[in-house]
Amino acid sequence: MSNYVINHLKELESEAIFVIREIAAQFENPVLLFSGGKDSILLTHLAKKAFFPAKIPFPLIHIDTGHNFPETIAFRDQLVEKLGVKLIVGSVQEAIDNGRAKEETGADASRNSLQIVSLLDTLEAYKVDAAMGGARRDEEKARAKERFFSHRDEFGQWDPKNQRPELWNLFNGRKNYGEHFRVFPISNWTEMDVWEYIKLENIDLPSLYFSHQRDCVVRDGVILANSEFIKLKEGEEVVNMTIRYRTCGDMPITGAVESEADTLDKIIEEIATTRTTERGGRADDKRAETAMEDRKKQGYF
Amino acid sequence: MKYQDIELLRFTTAGSVDDGKSTLIGRLLYDSKSIFQDQLDAVEASSKSKGFDYVDLSLLTDGLKSEREQGITIDVAYRYFATPKRKFIIADTPGHIQYTRNMVTGASTANLAIILIDARKGMLEQTHRHAFIASLLRIPHAIVCVNKMDLVDYSEDVYNGIVSDFKAFSSKLGISDIQFIPISALNGDNVVNRSENMDWYGGSTLMYHLETVHISSDHNLVDCRFPIQSVIRPHTLDNQDYRGFAGRIDGGVFKPGDKVKSLPSGFVSTIKTIELNGEQISEAFAPMSVTMTLEDEIDNSRGDMIVRENNVPLVSQDLEVLVTWMSTKPIQARTKVVIKHTTNESIGMVKELKYKIDINTLHRIEGIDKVEMNDIARLSIRTAKPLFYDAYKKNRQTGSIIIIDEQTNETIGAGMII
Repeated sequence: MSNYVINHLKELESEAIFVIREIAAQFENPVLLFSGGKDSILLTHLAKKAFFPAKIPFPLIHIDTGHNFPETIAFRDQLVEKLGVKLIVGSVQEAIDNGRAKEETGADASRNSLQIVSLLDTLEAYKVDAAMGGARRDEEKARAKERFFSHRDEFGQWDPKNQRPELWNLFNGRKNYGEHFRVFPISNWTEMDVWEYIKLENIDLPSLYFSHQRDCVVRDGVILANSEFIKLKEGEEVVNMTIRYRTCGDMPITGAVESEADTLDKIIEEIATTRTTERGGRADDKRAETAMEDRKKQGYF
Repeated sequence: MKYQDIELLRFTTAGSVDDGKSTLIGRLLYDSKSIFQDQLDAVEASSKSKGFDYVDLSLLTDGLKSEREQGITIDVAYRYFATPKRKFIIADTPGHIQYTRNMVTGASTANLAIILIDARKGMLEQTHRHAFIASLLRIPHAIVCVNKMDLVDYSEDVYNGIVSDFKAFSSKLGISDIQFIPISALNGDNVVNRSENMDWYGGSTLMYHLETVHISSDHNLVDCRFPIQSVIRPHTLDNQDYRGFAGRIDGGVFKPGDKVKSLPSGFVSTIKTIELNGEQISEAFAPMSVTMTLEDEIDNSRGDMIVRENNVPLVSQDLEVLVTWMSTKPIQARTKVVIKHTTNESIGMVKELKYKIDINTLHRIEGIDKVEMNDIARLSIRTAKPLFYDAYKKNRQTGSIIIIDEQTNETIGAGMII
């Protein structure tokens, strides 16, 4: 500290807190999109720090696909209770039941793209003008081009060729009626930064991230948890494996890694030597080379 | 844990399609082991399907569909890598003239600029542009990489010629710290590993420079500036009287017990605590986000600024700024705009267009009636309320503004206060 330099984690923390405070100041109805994954847990932790000793001044929104890991839901409810923050749940099942969304069919059916409908419906119902999320630029090539303040038109669409320039720390959140923003306070964090910070700050995570035994199905090289949401194809069998998750999406599409890492130190060591990207196990990204870009344009997170 | 106590360095690279910028970035990522196997597999597969003989590392950095279709970069892309010594954020920006606005965007947050020159071609118009933008945005450090040395037989004469041409041009610019390195990004000479082909070069590699360049004095540590983002009032029984000012330090060093002045009110008080999440901080400096409490009850709000009593910024409604124009819609005198400065916002009027700068010759073009996309020009702006600012050369945060279109809400200009 004596030579007036802060380390990279403190600098990233300071940047994220600055952005979160800007959101609270510039928008009328901001929300935090809470997926239950480590990045949104980190974001919630940063939001708590930003406003302490006051409570987080905006609600969390969780889009429940109905295909969540039970651990995710239990963790979410505990966290909300502890922080005394409001939780809004948008249900994909509801959107399917009332005909707003149509379920995919087939063995690889996923509710991933159906989330877009529920997300946009929920944002509209609560008149949300800024939805912040834990997406990071290092995750995926379309996300590498995201702004901190990402403008969405009245249809919730992203126009990557016409983004607002973002200079210094001056964030322009002005908008016309009906438009909203997605804001990404941890844009500049890498997977390693997230884990090191979780360790530094001693942040609680769902047990899914740590090594455990689970019944799994290996499909196209991806290890999926066996669950009621997955239909076995011919020749596939259920195997009990020692695994953990690097990201946390829906049960039928989130790939696990075989791992013995059951502590934060071991996880950090594992990531330092790993040779595949975090989203490498995400079936939703594998549908096309530009799968993420296409979904983002439609309003995906 | 080896990564925890390292510094963050943000740098920008600017270059055109052919000067090897993407290859250089690919090389830095690859040699620092920041490229994952599945990313490499994907790039190899697409190189093959396009019929290339080699793995095109530029496919790693071109993110959007339209970019890959056209083989160009249309926007700022951010890349990350770390070594045991530092974490790096690269703002990778395209170099052609129509993308000056992206270069400016990438440069605004950078500590360092890498300027690439093709050894076969020497200084080009766009080299002038890159160097000028680096100096305009006051990037504290620049590294000029003379690339493709393998294609000029690693010639010391060619290298020295380019270095002296660059120095002749840059003497007019005032970039304080410039380093020159002869490299071959394709073969890796002097990028991460020292070249065996250029014994005549006694300096260090690019990676060594990136890891060791002194950045702790890049922030202003003298002039205390704390723009208030919001006021924290918990309204709980435990904290009924708590009133904290949330914000990020833009300059100087603040300590509890310091006498401070609040702008615009002019009220003087003493810092009671500086904290974050309840933890007490003994010294706060840029770029730390903190919450500050004062001994006296002062009615500060967003946009106000806490400074030292005897070191105040300029306070005025009249600004002289150098702007980069970012909108396809030109601007003329007498246009009403919105100005964002620190956490403050004001209606403003562009009063006068003074001159444009030809960024290739650095000459002034006087007598202009409009400023167009990618122009760099000097404007006089009058704001509806006083702003508290410093000259951009003194403080990049309190000396910068963005200009917003009142009707469309788009960011249309980036300004540096003279």
